[in-house]
Amino acid sequence: MRDVAVIGVGMNHWGELWEKSLRNLWTEAALEAVEHAGVDRVDAMTVGCMSSGLFVGQEHLGAMLADQLGMGPIPGTRVESACASGGLAFRQAYLAVASGVSDIVLATGVEKMTDVDGGAATYALSAAADQEYEGYHGITFPGLYAMMARAHMKAFGTTRRQLACVAAKNHDNGLLNPLAQYQMKVTPEGVMASVPVADPLGVLDCSPITDGAAAVVLVPVELAKKMGRPYIRVAASAQTTDTLALHDREELHSLAGTAKAAAMAYKEAGIGPKDLSFAEVHDCFTIAEIMVTEGLGLFEKGKGGPAAEAGVTALGGKIPINTSGGLKSKGHPVGATGIAQVREVFLQLTGQADKRQVKNPRWGLTQNMGGTGASTLIHIFERA
Amino acid sequence: MLGPARYWREVPQRYRYEAAKCAKCGKVFFPPRLVCNKCHSKEFTQTTLAQTGSIETFTVIRVAPTGFGDEAPYAVGIIKLDDGVRITAQITDCELDKLDIGQKVRLEFRRLGKEGESGILRYGYKFVPVA
Repeated sequence: MRDVAVIGVGMNHWGELWEKSLRNLWTEAALEAVEHAGVDRVDAMTVGCMSSGLFVGQEHLGAMLADQLGMGPIPGTRVESACASGGLAFRQAYLAVASGVSDIVLATGVEKMTDVDGGAATYALSAAADQEYEGYHGITFPGLYAMMARAHMKAFGTTRRQLACVAAKNHDNGLLNPLAQYQMKVTPEGVMASVPVADPLGVLDCSPITDGAAAVVLVPVELAKKMGRPYIRVAASAQTTDTLALHDREELHSLAGTAKAAAMAYKEAGIGPKDLSFAEVHDCFTIAEIMVTEGLGLFEKGKGGPAAEAGVTALGGKIPINTSGGLKSKGHPVGATGIAQVREVFLQLTGQADKRQVKNPRWGLTQNMGGTGASTLIHIFERA
Repeated sequence: MLGPARYWREVPQRYRYEAAKCAKCGKVFFPPRLVCNKCHSKEFTQTTLAQTGSIETFTVIRVAPTGFGDEAPYAVGIIKLDDGVRITAQITDCELDKLDIGQKVRLEFRRLGKEGESGILRYGYKFVPVA
């Protein structure tokens, strides 16, 4: 296996982008990444997308988007693992370069979610759960995470306010990200008073519905060095699955898939959680970030809530989490999220994160998950 | 939209609570599977779910998905049945603000909703608290 580098990134200003189609959204981000990388060709392309069929009635994205890219009849591969589709697209591109099959691979993600109404979007997203044995009974994704939140609160005494502090912190970070969907400040009190969605979660505990795309370019490290451009090294790639239905898990208040993938990734990178300078994690709901930080071993089980409340995970804290604003503030076009996480790590590790720059970072981690944690992708990156 | 065949396939579980018990290690699966994820046996015997259990966690859905809009707010929980199987289902005939983890519940056969204006009526299990 060859060492692999990320050398270019692209992303739109995410939001409710009525004027942009899926293909144009995607092509904007893809062209930006190609230009940013300074390459004149791409050997293959992967795209993570959860549900273009339900959101815009379009499948067959591998062909459609390779066609839009205009770089000839290259292999175009769409992959899906619900909200972890972007992370999976990155891993497939990584494996293609690491194995020597391809030299220059464009890893992308896209989701166009606002062409359907809220009910239809909720339905499309609910397809990531067990349709016959969860969705059939009227449970929603906020509802599934709300049940995890209540189990976590019962087991560890996690408080409503600790959940709210995660959202407030991520909005503070998003204020510093010019591409974030919701660049607005929210307070823990505001989160706690927000419209209830699924008790104990309110609307400000939930990531939004977003249109957006992101893209990154991967090449062998040897080529990146030759090109003389800023790059970061992919130090580890791990993927796990867990039971599709939440009720089949041994524990409802922890993420076994994240813990397992983290252990694999730390081993491959030769580091431990204490070595990380920062991490981009899947905060689809406030409770998710707390459970993920525990799964990554940054905090003991049950200590993620108090850590968030104490500012340990804030920009400038001991271990900044979601400097980009996370899914909560940056937005969550589900297929694009995993790729945008890699973009943030690239900016941080190459010192280009501007006002949200972490001081002198060396190791960055991305954690992207699908469903209630049934799919997990973790990548670790090292500064060049 | 739930087609009749897709609905019909799940009838043994939704109407009769049929589960599969691994003939080798005894683990109970709901819905039935083709291979045991504990001992890899492919032999099962048919069994019926326990009809009482307790609430392991729950939520109150305030923003409902398509098809459940008229029902909100309603409670959904993960119930641990007395045979050890966990299932997701609505908890009904209860005061929403009095629900709690650990509460004992009983399984009942209820209507869950209907598919659009002229679609099939959907039935299945719900749980109600027992005193």
